[in-house]
Amino acid sequence: MIRVTKDDFSIDVELRHLKRPSVGGLVIFVGTVRAESEGQRVDAMEIEVYPEMAEKQLNAIRDEAIQKFGVEDIRVIHRYGDLKIGDNIVLVIVSASHRGEAFDACKYIIDELKKRVPIWKREYTPQGARWVEVGRPD
Amino acid sequence: MKIKVKYFASIREWTGVKEEEVDLPEGSTAEELKRKVQRLHSNIDNQEGTILVAVNGGFVEPSRLLSSGDEVALFPPVSGG
Repeated sequence: MIRVTKDDFSIDVELRHLKRPSVGGLVIFVGTVRAESEGQRVDAMEIEVYPEMAEKQLNAIRDEAIQKFGVEDIRVIHRYGDLKIGDNIVLVIVSASHRGEAFDACKYIIDELKKRVPIWKREYTPQGARWVEVGRPD
Repeated sequence: MKIKVKYFASIREWTGVKEEEVDLPEGSTAEELKRKVQRLHSNIDNQEGTILVAVNGGFVEPSRLLSSGDEVALFPPVSGG
């Protein structure tokens, strides 16, 4: 399941969707808004998304991870809009029969997301607002 | 042919519009579209940074041929996660 949304998520609720008898391990990654970036204070963040393409890319990454690592299921939720320090940005949960493949798949997903999902952060600092522009497809 | 182009993040701020129709000769490539957009908006400001091009929700090579009806998007390197 892939979701791009303004709304916050509940890790407990999302986790429950992936629990089943065949699953022996779940790996969770949560990205949050940090109060510092490249030595500068960050007061708030805005996230912009190209929703149709983001969902397409996230679905592709999810399919790749399931195939590559043989994990059972994956949920990815990415937020957009105005966020405060400490707010949730992104959630990745991977379920698998064993932990090894779940850790590997989770890292793969967040690494690929940072390279090729069209989402942009705008950080508000005391010096003004700035776009973060770092990732591109391999 | 007319191509509908969407802009995001710093590229949207640079062009000043979320999307627009760009007129191009038949058989134009993604790179040619990018250059045309840069010419169209060169009076506003110089866009020095990298511009990525996506067609129909996927990243494309600069040589990718465009056809009318394609959804094209121009945007800067991404920063999700």
